[in-house]
Amino acid sequence: MNGSTAELRARGLVAEQFDDAAQQHATAQFGIWVFLATEVLFFGVLFAGYAVCRVRDPEGFLLGSQHTEILFGAVEAAILLLSSATVTFAVNLIRFDERRVVAALLATTALLGIAFLVLHGVEYSHEHDEHLMVGVDFAQHGPHARGIELFFFLYYAMTLYHSLHVLVGVCVIGTMGVLVWRGRIRGEYTTPLVLAGLYWHLVDIVWIFLFPLMYLIGR
Amino acid sequence: MSSGGFWHLLPNASTNAKPLDELWWTMVGLCALVAIGVFVVMFVFCIRYRKGRPADRHLSKETLPVELTWTAVPFLIFMGVFVWSLTLYARSRTPPANAETIYVVAKQWMWKIQHPGGQREIDTLHVPTGVPIRLMMTSQDVIHSFFVPAFRVKQDVLPDRYTQLWFTAIKPGDYPLYCTQYCGLDHSKMGGQVIVMRPDAYARWLDENNTGTSLASQGAALFRTKGCSGCHGANASVHAPDLDGIYGRVVHLQDGSTVTADDRYIHDSIMLPDKQIVAGYAPIMPSFSGELTEGQVLAIIAYLKSTKPGAQPAHKGTKQ
Amino acid sequence: MNATAITPDLPELEPPRSFYTHKSGLGSWLLTTDHKRIAILYAITITLFFIMGGVAAAMMRINLVEPDGALLSAETYNKTFTFHGVVMVWFFLIPSIPATLGNFLLPIMIGARDLAFPRLNLMSWYLFVIGGCFTIACLLLGGVDTGWTFYTPFSTMFSNTNVILVAVGVFVTGFSTILTGLNFIVTTHKLRMPGMTWFKLPLFVWAMYAVSLVMVLATPVLAMTLSLIGLERIAHVGIFDPALGGDPLLFQHMFWFYSHPAVYIMILPAMGVVSEIIPCFARRKIFGYRFMVYALVGISVIGFLVWGHHMFVAGMSPTATLVFSILSFIIAVPSAIKVFNWTATLRRGRITFEAPMLYALGFVGLFMIGGMSGLMLAAPALDIPLHATYFVIAHFHYVMVGGTVMAYLGGIHYWWPKITGRLYSEAWARFAAILMFFGFNFTFFPQYVLGYLGMPRRYHAYPPQFQLLNVLSSAGASILALAYLIPVIYLGWSLFHGARAGNNPWGARGLEWQTPSPPPKQNFLERPVVQKVYAYDEPSPDGQPASGATA
Ligand code: HEA
Ligand code: HEA
Ligand code: HEC
Ligand code: CUA
Ligand SMILES: [Cu+2]
Repeated sequence: MNGSTAELRARGLVAEQFDDAAQQHATAQFGIWVFLATEVLFFGVLFAGYAVCRVRDPEGFLLGSQHTEILFGAVEAAILLLSSATVTFAVNLIRFDERRVVAALLATTALLGIAFLVLHGVEYSHEHDEHLMVGVDFAQHGPHARGIELFFFLYYAMTLYHSLHVLVGVCVIGTMGVLVWRGRIRGEYTTPLVLAGLYWHLVDIVWIFLFPLMYLIGR
Repeated sequence: MSSGGFWHLLPNASTNAKPLDELWWTMVGLCALVAIGVFVVMFVFCIRYRKGRPADRHLSKETLPVELTWTAVPFLIFMGVFVWSLTLYARSRTPPANAETIYVVAKQWMWKIQHPGGQREIDTLHVPTGVPIRLMMTSQDVIHSFFVPAFRVKQDVLPDRYTQLWFTAIKPGDYPLYCTQYCGLDHSKMGGQVIVMRPDAYARWLDENNTGTSLASQGAALFRTKGCSGCHGANASVHAPDLDGIYGRVVHLQDGSTVTADDRYIHDSIMLPDKQIVAGYAPIMPSFSGELTEGQVLAIIAYLKSTKPGAQPAHKGTKQ
Repeated sequence: MNATAITPDLPELEPPRSFYTHKSGLGSWLLTTDHKRIAILYAITITLFFIMGGVAAAMMRINLVEPDGALLSAETYNKTFTFHGVVMVWFFLIPSIPATLGNFLLPIMIGARDLAFPRLNLMSWYLFVIGGCFTIACLLLGGVDTGWTFYTPFSTMFSNTNVILVAVGVFVTGFSTILTGLNFIVTTHKLRMPGMTWFKLPLFVWAMYAVSLVMVLATPVLAMTLSLIGLERIAHVGIFDPALGGDPLLFQHMFWFYSHPAVYIMILPAMGVVSEIIPCFARRKIFGYRFMVYALVGISVIGFLVWGHHMFVAGMSPTATLVFSILSFIIAVPSAIKVFNWTATLRRGRITFEAPMLYALGFVGLFMIGGMSGLMLAAPALDIPLHATYFVIAHFHYVMVGGTVMAYLGGIHYWWPKITGRLYSEAWARFAAILMFFGFNFTFFPQYVLGYLGMPRRYHAYPPQFQLLNVLSSAGASILALAYLIPVIYLGWSLFHGARAGNNPWGARGLEWQTPSPPPKQNFLERPVVQKVYAYDEPSPDGQPASGATA
């Protein structure tokens, strides 16, 4: 191990503050878990806001939810689940130095992420046509207009923050794909890919919570 | 300067002040005791064990009992203080049943007061001694806070919500009133006076400022002019609930739940009618939130309270 | 340990191979990933921010000399206290000890070569500087008049100042805090040198660990809450404004869910510093080490559960009041343990009174007084009259300025020889510490009385009966300002003319004293020896004698 550590260090793959590659990997992985904890609290505020507002006007939230397009939501959920699967395969296969396969899997993941974003963009534009776009063009009437408005305010806040995460994820996964393709990430040094995978799973999990809260409750 | 020079700035002008001051001075004493104790011990150690002075410097191994002691003792003291404070707090939150209600509407940067008899004032509040007063407060814009140091009472005043506060003044005099929740430019000017009078002087003051219409009858007038009676009146053609005696009644809502019709509920029924729909009615009532000021809503509430047959506690101050 | 990193052939004058001389040029500083250099970058930045916040404080105190406001218009005054609060909290006090002393010392104290993620560390600093400069520019150019608490609906619908921009600035800075916390947690877990077990960690490291937990878990809540304020202002729809169907208390809950833990972000590092200084100058191991550890972690965990004590008169339900009150009392217990243990550490010691020790003793006294006033606020019945008066102002300046700033300065003096390699004038340092202690009490004790008498906070003008106490307070503030100025001068002088410090000028224990001052880039020239913690009763590896049992 030590010999290979020296060699990896010489190639810049083990930073000087670490004793060996194993320590570096464990440290990085621990770091991303702490980061994910931060992210959970970040989204936690939005979920808490959602809970409070929904308790204040349950009817409005149910009605608001009926304005969302469940087909889009479901397809998006499927896309993200699929992308989580592809990223998992990539993370597991890199150990065997399957460079092409892994790069292809990562490209697929990134493309799925892009597909998600595109679909969501389409969804937003539909909502715009239906005058649901809070702050831009919102015109709903009837007794629960206010509740619907709040629902859509939270819908945009939450889905936009989530989409931002997807966007970051696409960039990260794409970069990983390139690095794998170029052979910079290989069986002997997989840390960045593992971390990217964990991040992508978080993005996926957040959607798993958003999907029922946004699309399903009203039906 | 003598400390007496300061303390007269804070008279005990309500029944609330004395019990509160007792707790306060007890805590000040307790903290001073502990603080002085710690300082003395620190000082003694610093002298006895300063470098170069011969002393026994063996350390005992067993520290756990000491540690547990000074964990447990403060804990018990804290719990004692907590219970004491809580009893006072509970008292400050529950107005006596015979309290007179006065209505307060805050807005940037003034206090508008409405007495049940219809008297109105701005930035001053006249109250009698010896009578428990309950303030029903709401804000027209941002959060404010109603603070009378001499009474030791304070309560934030929120938009779209009623908060209350009560006191029994005991000493005639003028006492400063402050806004203590930061509310913008003239926050520091949003103050006034609470003028405490003997009951007879207070009665005279009420008479002198009588507008001829009590708050409830102002509300009754609004009820007609703003169109409420068009739907809620006895011979209206619209299917809307009868509001006579609504205050304090248990209302069944469309979603199956029940609520007691208190100030908050009536306020919301007028300003946000869609929030809670009465069972058996269509949600056709329009919102009056642009139409009525908070002060007018208070007048309507006073009117609706007065329609209750058989006086109810909170209704007492409302002279029909 | 890692021979390749030791750079040879340095000029004789400097202590060999210090991290300062490792590389030179401005670029080598601005792109450094060395935790020690980043610590120094932070130190410079927060000193500048502190001066700005201090100037705002001075303006307020001058204004309050006269009941009608001597200096500022109401509008400017409101912007000034917002500026003061925002800058002091987010751009000075929160990063103060962790980002400077913590950054410098944490890796050294655990025998590591750097933090786990050095580049992330540099990025934290950049985020901090960008967020800081941006926020301060907005605060100076347009100003914000909401107070540092941004209460809704005032901040969302009524204030017509740059709330959004400032929220963005604080948001960005929040990430710098989060990343620092993340780095510290991971470093403490994964990079301790062999033999450095959890219960051999100095309390300073424990404090950094505890505070990092709070940073990582609380700061995102602030970031998101502020961004919701921004969205609400942009979209005119939102969850906080009652006129829009929202709930203003929801904002207060979210804000204090962050900001109460944040006050422990400010105090825990100070506790860590003091727990290093007192054993060193009492020549004795800290009393009740394990209890001290449990207290630190306990405070950081329970700290998440007491936020509601800021809302006792806000219209919260009585049940919530009860719960938050009792939890606030409970969290005072670990603080009490700490105060008693520091005092007990003096017993049977061999005490000397160098400047860091004076600061540390000052800290214990002032923190105790400030904490006790916190207890009064935690009793709902007393909080009713005291809330939002100068009593609260006095409370938190006692814990933040009397507590944390004192401890920060104590820490700066204590580790100054290590960080710069030079000694400062002890006489001046003692004088400044004592002056600061008196100036501080002079400034803020009158505010307790003012608060009890009912003077509300955030008042640009006040009733004339409060003038005498206000003048006293302002007079004290000028002494305090002077006391802050003195260290700037003699420490600056020491940088260039101070005597060489040597590895261990205080005869202290702990790994940081086993390496040259200033340390080399790699922190250690040879592998340090891990002793048991605060081993003042045995000789140190660098030959300092044991502090014997008898005179
Ligand atoms: C460093 C920051 C810091 C620290 C450590 C604390 C510590 C504490 N604070 Fe403070 N607090 C603030 C910063 C801090 N606070 C700020 C900034 C505000 C105002 C924010 C704003 O509105 O702008 C505030 C406001 C504030 C309030 C709200 C006041 C109001 O607005 O109405 C309350 C109420 O409970 C409170 C309580 C406490 C308590 C119980 C502690 C406890 O942790 C203290 C524990 C310590 C001790 C108790 C001392 C040692 C103990 C002993 C020696 C034991 C023996 C004692 C006895 C037996 C009596 N604080
Ligand atoms: C976190 C740290 C922190 C620190 C260190 C301080 C330091 C000081 N604070 Fe501050 N303060 C807060 C945090 C802090 N404060 C917060 C959070 C608020 C609430 C804001 C709000 O309500 O929103 C507040 C509010 C506040 C108020 C209440 C304003 C109001 O409600 O109307 C006052 C009034 O006296 C005050 C005074 C001071 C003084 C005199 C100092 C002194 O200790 C400062 C002394 C330092 C200097 C003066 C600078 C150093 C000196 C020099 C560089 C020399 C040159 C200067 C001169 C010649 C003058 N502060
Ligand atoms: C267009 C008809 C209409 C007008 C005008 C109207 N209301 Fe109503 N109101 C209703 C109906 C229908 C309901 C029952 C359904 C509901 O709860 O919204 C109702 C319910 C209420 C309730 C709740 C009653 C209960 O039994 O719980 C109150 C209080 C009330 N109205 C007060 C007022 C006041 C005060 C005004 C005038 C300022 C007013 N209303 C004007 C139609 C009207
Ligand atoms: Cu109204 Cu402050
Ligand atoms: Cu708090």
